[in-house]
Amino acid sequence: MGTGLNPSYFIGLSAALFAIGMYGALSKRNIISVLISIELMLCAVNINLVAFNKFLTPDAFLGQIFAIFIITVAAAEVGLGLALIIAISRRRETNNLDDLNWLRW
Amino acid sequence: MENVYELIAFILLGGMVLGSALLVVTLKNLVHSVLSLIVTFIAVAGIFLLLNADFLAAVQVLVYAGGVCIMVVFGVMLIQRSDIAESNPVNWRFGFAALLGGGIFILIGMFAARSQWMIAGTEVPKDTVGTFAPILLTDFVIPFEVAAILLTVALTGALLLVKEVKANGDRS
Repeated sequence: MGTGLNPSYFIGLSAALFAIGMYGALSKRNIISVLISIELMLCAVNINLVAFNKFLTPDAFLGQIFAIFIITVAAAEVGLGLALIIAISRRRETNNLDDLNWLRW
Repeated sequence: MENVYELIAFILLGGMVLGSALLVVTLKNLVHSVLSLIVTFIAVAGIFLLLNADFLAAVQVLVYAGGVCIMVVFGVMLIQRSDIAESNPVNWRFGFAALLGGGIFILIGMFAARSQWMIAGTEVPKDTVGTFAPILLTDFVIPFEVAAILLTVALTGALLLVKEVKANGDRS
């Protein structure tokens, strides 16, 4: 292979992106920043799947099809999540995630 | 020589992805965060091009950098009540979160460095969309239609959710 790219490079990249997204999802106070951190994590997963598609099963296109479905579900998730956030912020004058504790007892 | 160019492109794009993703989670202003999120998504589309997935790169730019980010900006504008310059604070868990993120990265990196790859010798076909579309519309036609139904239901539900709460608010 020599200097060619192998899957480890892409797995390292997507692991770093996933770690950044996880840091954001756990440590942010605003609801919307948690949502965009989850988007970063989904993006890292897509990089991983497409890299596996190129290096392991180039003919079957399984990774790319999986990534397409992940993008679809992520778009639906953002739409629904933002609708929920807008609905919540109308009921409660807050956008702090730690204040949303109706289900706690 | 081809390999060296690929490596340079990978390093540039990867640096762009990681740098702008770090900006997303560290910037104080949420609108600036979303702007660097757009940069991240476009750089990820570049990574997809490097991996011979040109259709997916186009979808990434259209759906993520176009649709999702604009939707998130609208969400920020609609719900922000306090000062926008301090709209992206961290909570008390950030030390734990940084530790956990670093641990996950080191763990995955260790496993990736130790693993042996059984690389298929063949290349991805040149005409990606032409080989992609028949597979998507024959073998994967049921998940494809389910995804369409899911999108319709989710976006209709989002619309209903936003409207319904407003109606309740008027009644009470």
